[in-house]
Formats: sequence, C-alpha cells, structure tokens
Amino acid sequence: MSWLLTIAPVSALIAMAMSLTHLLPIGVSLALDDGVAQALTLSMMVNFSVGAVIWMLTRQHKRELSLREGILLVVTVWAGGALFATLPLMLTIPQISFIDAYFEAISGLTATGATVLTGLDYLPPSINVWRAVLQWLGGMGVIVLVVAILPMLGVGGRQISKSEIPGPMKDEQLTPRVTQTAKGLWLIYAALTLVCGLAYYKAGMTPLDAMIHSFTTMSLGGFSSYDASLGHFNSATVELVAITFMVIAGINFSTHFLAWRSKSLLAYARDTEARYFMLVIFASVTGIAILLYSSGSYPDFLTALRFAAFNIISVGTTTGYATADYNQWPVFAPLWILFLGTFLSCSGSAGGGIKMMRAMILYRQVYREIKSLAHPQAVSPVKVAGQVVADPVVFAVLGFFFVWVALLVTMTLILGWTGLDAMTAFSAVVASLNNIGPGLHQVGPATNFSILTDFQTAVCAFAMLLGRLELFALLVIFTPAFWRK
Amino acid sequence: MRIVILGAGQVGSSVAENLVSEANDITVVDTDAGRLRKLQDRLDLRTIVGNAGHPETLERAGARDADMILAVTQSDETNLVACKLAATMFNIPTKIARIRAADYLSHPEMFSDENFSVDTVICPEQVLTDYIAKLIEFPESLQVLEFAEGRVSLVAVRAFHGGPLVGKELQTIRKHLPNLDTRVAAIFRQDSPIIPDATTVIEAGDEVFFIAATEHIRGIMRELRRMDKPVKRVMIGGGGNIGRRLAKAIEDRYDVKIIEYSRSGAEKLAAELKTTLVLVGDVTDEDLLQAENIGDMDVYCALTNDDENNIMSSLLAKRMGVRRVVALINRSSYVNLVQAGQIDIAISPAQATIGTLLAHVRHGDCVAVHSLRRGAAEALELVAHGDAQSSKVVGRRIEELDLPKGATIGAVVRPPRAEAGSKKASGHQVLIAHHDTIIESDDHVIVFALNKRIVPKVEKLFQVNIGFL
Repeated sequence: MSWLLTIAPVSALIAMAMSLTHLLPIGVSLALDDGVAQALTLSMMVNFSVGAVIWMLTRQHKRELSLREGILLVVTVWAGGALFATLPLMLTIPQISFIDAYFEAISGLTATGATVLTGLDYLPPSINVWRAVLQWLGGMGVIVLVVAILPMLGVGGRQISKSEIPGPMKDEQLTPRVTQTAKGLWLIYAALTLVCGLAYYKAGMTPLDAMIHSFTTMSLGGFSSYDASLGHFNSATVELVAITFMVIAGINFSTHFLAWRSKSLLAYARDTEARYFMLVIFASVTGIAILLYSSGSYPDFLTALRFAAFNIISVGTTTGYATADYNQWPVFAPLWILFLGTFLSCSGSAGGGIKMMRAMILYRQVYREIKSLAHPQAVSPVKVAGQVVADPVVFAVLGFFFVWVALLVTMTLILGWTGLDAMTAFSAVVASLNNIGPGLHQVGPATNFSILTDFQTAVCAFAMLLGRLELFALLVIFTPAFWRK
Repeated sequence: MRIVILGAGQVGSSVAENLVSEANDITVVDTDAGRLRKLQDRLDLRTIVGNAGHPETLERAGARDADMILAVTQSDETNLVACKLAATMFNIPTKIARIRAADYLSHPEMFSDENFSVDTVICPEQVLTDYIAKLIEFPESLQVLEFAEGRVSLVAVRAFHGGPLVGKELQTIRKHLPNLDTRVAAIFRQDSPIIPDATTVIEAGDEVFFIAATEHIRGIMRELRRMDKPVKRVMIGGGGNIGRRLAKAIEDRYDVKIIEYSRSGAEKLAAELKTTLVLVGDVTDEDLLQAENIGDMDVYCALTNDDENNIMSSLLAKRMGVRRVVALINRSSYVNLVQAGQIDIAISPAQATIGTLLAHVRHGDCVAVHSLRRGAAEALELVAHGDAQSSKVVGRRIEELDLPKGATIGAVVRPPRAEAGSKKASGHQVLIAHHDTIIESDDHVIVFALNKRIVPKVEKLFQVNIGFL
C-alpha cells in the first residue's frame, strides 16, 4: 500500500492551502463582528496543523503521480476536503448534525448548491461567505479538473475535450503544460468573478452580497445567503446580471481561454457545443415563456419571460438559484427545466450533468444507427464540429451514459425504499447527481433538502460526489482491479 | 519551344503527346525508366531518368536552354522545388507547377518570385471537377466551357425534337429571343462539321455549339431542346481524387451518394464530406446500386481510375434507369467507342485539362484554350493588341478579318475602359460577335476553330507586327 502514501503529501499541501481560504470569512467576521471569528480561526488552525503533520510525516514519499494515484488524489481532495470544510459549520451552527454539515460542504465543493440549512438570512454573514468560498473553490477545481486533468485520464469519453477545442488548436492541448493551462484558466475564472461581483454591486447588491453571489454564480454553484435565493432581491437587473454570467460560466472554459489568448471572439463562433448550448437555452426560454403566459401563471408575457429565462438558465446550467417556485408551474415546465440540467452545460465548464458534448455524441450515434439500417453499406462516422469522433470515445460516452442512467435509477429506488415519494426521490437524485441543487416537489425551489433523513442526505451527498467526479473517477476506486498491485 | 516536363504520369504523358504534335522540343523527366521508355516508343521526345527535384537532373534535362518547365510530378513538394531551381539556377522564363494540396493553394503568396517562383499553378483535378460540376448544373449540355473569367460560355448541346428552334433557320433565333444574344459557332451533324450561316437549319440530333453570356445559357438551351427536370440526386462512383473533390463541390446543392471501394478510403471521405452519403462497395455491384436506388438518380458519374470499371458501371447504371451517366475514360479509343451510345458523356481527363496548359505554349497572347470533340476542334480566347497599323485585327470589323476557313469569332469581351475625365470604370462588356462588330485593342476575342490545323493561322492573325514593338 506504499503507493497510497505518495498522494498523502500532495493532499496535505492542498489541505494547508485550503486552510488559508478561511482568511476571507475570518476577515468578514472581524469586520462585521458577527461573533464567529474565533471558531473560524480554530477551524483554520486545525485544518492547517493536520495538513502540516501529514506533510511532515509523508513528504519523503513525494514523487511524480501515476494515473491511478491521480484518480485517488482527485477523490481524496473532494471527499476529504469536504471533511475539513464541515468544521466551521459544525462549530458555528447549533444543532447541525455531522451528516448535514458534510452534505452542505459537499454541496459547496461540488458546486451543487443544494442546502439543508434553513434560515440562511440569519446565519452569521461570514458563514455564508464560507459557503460561497467553498463553491468558488469547487468550481475552480472542477474547471481545472475537466479541462486539464480528466482529458489525460480519459474518463468517460473525456478525450473528446481535446478535439472539442475549436479551430486550429483542435488536436493540441491549450498549452504544453498542465500547470500553465491551469494558471490561465484560474486567471480567467478569477477575472470573470471580479467582473460579475462588480456587476452585482452596480445592480444594487451590498458589497457582501455581491461577493457571495459572484462566487456562487461563476462556479455554477447556486448557494445564496437568503432562503428566497436570488428572489430575495426581486430585481430584474440582478437577474439579468446573473443570467449573463451563468451563461458565460456555462460555456467551455477552454473556449474562454482561446478567446482571451487570441483576443478575438472567433473562438466562440467556432465552438459548436456553445452554439447548441445557446440554441437550446433560447428555444427553451421562448417555449416555456409562451407556456407560462398561455396557462395564466403570469399575467403578462414579459413577466413570464423574465421568470422563465432566469429559472431555466439557473437550473439548466446547474447553478440552482430560484426566483419563483417553478414547482407550481404547469407540470411540463419544471420537468423540462430539470431535464435541461442533466445535459445543457458545456464540457469544460463547472456545470454538472452529462454535458452538451456527450449529448451531441449520443444523438449522432443514434442517428448513425438509424442510417445504417437504411444504408447497410454506408460509412457514417460520428462527427462533432466537423471532426470525426473516434469509436472508442463514442463507446466511452455510451458507457458513461449507461452508468449515469443506472445510477439514477438505483439511487431513486433506494430513496423510494426509504419512504420518499416518487417525484421527490427522483428529482433529488437528478438534482444531486447532476450537481443542480434544487429538485422538485418536497425538495423543490421553495423548500430544501432539510426534510431528508440522515441516510437520504448521505445518499444525495454521495450522488453529488459521483456526478462531480464524472462517475467513473469515483466508481473506479470501488473496483478490486484498482487496488490490485 | 524547348519544354521540360517533369513527371510522366497521366498528366505529363498526355501533355507531352499534345505538345509534341505542335512542333515543340520536349524532354520528359521521371524516376520510372519503364514509364519513360513506353513514352519514348510512341513519341518523338527525349527522356531523362532522375529525381525532378535535383539540380543535376534538371541540368541533364537541358534546363539551361529551356523556354518552359512543366512540373507535374505526383508530389507537390517536388514540383515547388523544381520551379524554384528553374528560376534561380536555370533562369527558365515560364514555370508551371501542378499543385494539389488545398493548403498550398490557399496561400497564393508562396508562389511569388521571391518564394517558389511558380508563374502558373495548375490543378488538373480541379479543372476536371469544375468541368463535371458544370455538366451536372446543365444536365442537357454535352460540354460547358467558360471564357473571360466565366463571363462567356461555350455550350455544346444536342438538339432534340420539340425544341422551339429545331427545324428552323438560325436567323430566327434573334426574333425568338430578342433579349438573349447568342451566336451558333458550329454545328456537327453526324460527326461532320457544318459552318453555320443565317440560313442554316438546325435538325434534331445536331450537336450545336453556341456562345453566349454565361447568365443567358439556360434560356438559350431551352430553345434547342426540351428541358429536363433540374438535377437533385447525384451518385458518384469512385471516391478518388476527382470523386472526392466533386462530392465536396456539389454536396451543398444536390443530394449526393458516393461509392468507394476501400473501407479506409471511405472512412476518410466520410470524415471530410458533410452531407454526402458514403458507401463502401464496388461500383459494378448491381445489388449495391439497386439497394441505393440508382434508378432514382438524376446523374451518375463513374469516376474511378479504371476505364473498364467506369464503362461497365455506367452501362449498368444506365440500364437500371439513371437519367444521365457521365464516365471518365482515359483511353481515347474507348472514348470514341462509347460516346453518344449508352453513355451520355464520356470525359477524357487529358482533353479536359490540356487546355489550361496549351494556353501557355501558344503564340500570341492566348488566355485560354479548350479542346473540343476529343481534340479535333478547339476554342481559343485571344487578346488583340496594338492598333490598326500594327495589328491585323484591331480597328477592323469582323467581316473584314482574314480568318481561315473553319474559324468563327463567337464573342468579344471588352475590358472596362477608364474614360478620360471620369474615374468611373464600367464593367466588362460582353459583345456577341456580329459581322459589323469592331475589335478594339485589349479585347478578348473568342475564336472557334473547327479544325485544329487552322489554329496556327488564327494565332498568327492575332500576333502584333514586329514594328509595333
């Protein structure tokens, strides 16, 4: 098991780095004097010292990671990071159970946005900042994970993200070195967050709210410091800012990277995935707005359009803010909104679900099957953006989709077995597995996951982790083959 | 002229064959001695074995005294290097290279004098593709040739019963089509040429060559035969260089299916083509043709590199109900065998592409040359230079010209002239030739020669007298 030790010093370093992120909520706490600065400092110290001790003990094992160790590291960072992140919550929120705190932390780090906490408005502001920081870090980690690391591991057809990079770059990585790519991505992510925060502030938020919401918008997380989510502000301007930045964050960050480096918008025009992303958003918003207006949910079309646009884009990009209880809309609307969340966001964004790229490949594969019935001798490769997708990638995507469906069904059945009604069980799993946030019915936008039992909460937390780590990266560590020498 | 031809492949040999007959000194270079020997057995020329990209080979081929170098080897890179060497080491004035890679063609600056020094880039596959694409666009025509950058077209069409003009004298065309000016350049009746005049009567079965501004073609064709339904579905047999280019060029406009023999070739095609249906199979496989509804196809193009396969699969396709078949046939003896029989159009790649090369070999300022009727006749685009004193054509009416018998002037394209005092230049003017049209300097004149033997006389007519220089 000595190979396990090689990931320990890296994990420890990440833990120590994470402990430094406590500084932001501590600062906020001191400035606003909300009385939790001490608890946060304690958490930071624990966090740092645990990391430091592990690092001291294992640093001689530090060496280049193998593929297997890389996968294990990724799992450790998310599952273990959430463990550390529960500490501030446990120390400051009275009567929170460990499972609930862990669920909240996982929901943060996986940028899901489902919460078990009620009375967010009355939490110490620094704790809300901590929740937002978790999502922001999670989003950043995810983007680097999906753009730079998973393509190397080839998880679930992720090789495609090399070729999905549009234009002349298609067969190359963004930069020759992963660290360089990661730095570029983080810079773009941070810059966009800053712009988003300023826009929120201009739109009328307090600086604190602007910071919290810019963190959770750019990470497509969806935590808010209010129980009413973004509906609290009841401002069309705020919603417009949120829509803009959710759409930006829903596009592949490789495309942002290319656009930024070539200083032209051409990269977006060449990104087929982004085109379909925009097209589906446009069609869904128009369709649902018409449905809402004609069914009388809203008195005038513009209001219907406003609520349709915001909630569709929020759930579709797997952010999970809400400005309306769309559970009350005609049944097609909430189901379609939830369905969008399973595939809408582009690969290489912090969004969850199977991703638009995989959906396109699945669709084309189906089309190919049908075509081969009519023309048995036809050669019809699966093509995305004019590029042929190699058969192994298609198979990997098919495998991914199968596992995704199997997990969806299994976990829905498990939750149903524990006594939840069908719609709640199903939507809770969909919302967790795809890192959306709110589900429907009892876990809908007007309520939250606090009604779940500890076991049900744990299942949902596991689903979030599964979805975030692209299913296979987590499932593989449960196979004997992974542990064999 | 002393001409060095690099590469004795299909293009190289057919060019050599054509040029030898026009009294040029030809040297052919190739790495394959066997191929050269075959060529030398047939034609009066010199051959050199060696790599065309090496200075030593070029030296031996007599590059030092050559007037022109034609780099038509299989390799674009060899052709480029040879042109560069020809320019820097041997000072050959005219350098022509065959370039196939689209990537090179999209960067024309690399052919300039300071770079690879290629005066003219030719791509026979592209010429052939354009040629076939035209035939698909005008399915009633036998041949469509463009002059003056596409402003004027020469169209060959078979007259059929039911065409409004069939059975009438040519002079009635003008009354019939007051807005569409055209001139019938020649008529072939049972393969023998007729020089048309105003009283000539068009009969059903005649092969009529007419010249008109390109946008008027369809209207004129309608007068000579019943128009077919426009083409919608095209099947291409053979996914080689030409089949691939053709599919790519027309797949946006038509419903295209392409059959390719090898699976790996088909996969490459499928990756490159967007909407074309790529099939793996044999072009002579009746079951495959049947399964893909060959009977519903409007045009079938047999474009494999095997003459026999093309002929057999065209015949098969025709029998199975394709409206029109086009076959690529390299051997001229086969072309004569099948043309106008079951196969609607037999294209000889050599004849279709030789024109672009011939234009550079001719005397006088010759812009384009097109071979017609398998090389028997020719259409030329010549530029008139000089003034009434130095030139035998400028400032004269067409009826005054001393044209050899069998040559007719079809059209005149006048470049825009900047009027004194006004900066505004009008566009090119297309004048369909009448007996009283006066030719001006710099006019592009399109001449139809019924017989290849009279071509030198026509060229001579357009040459400027020494005194002018």
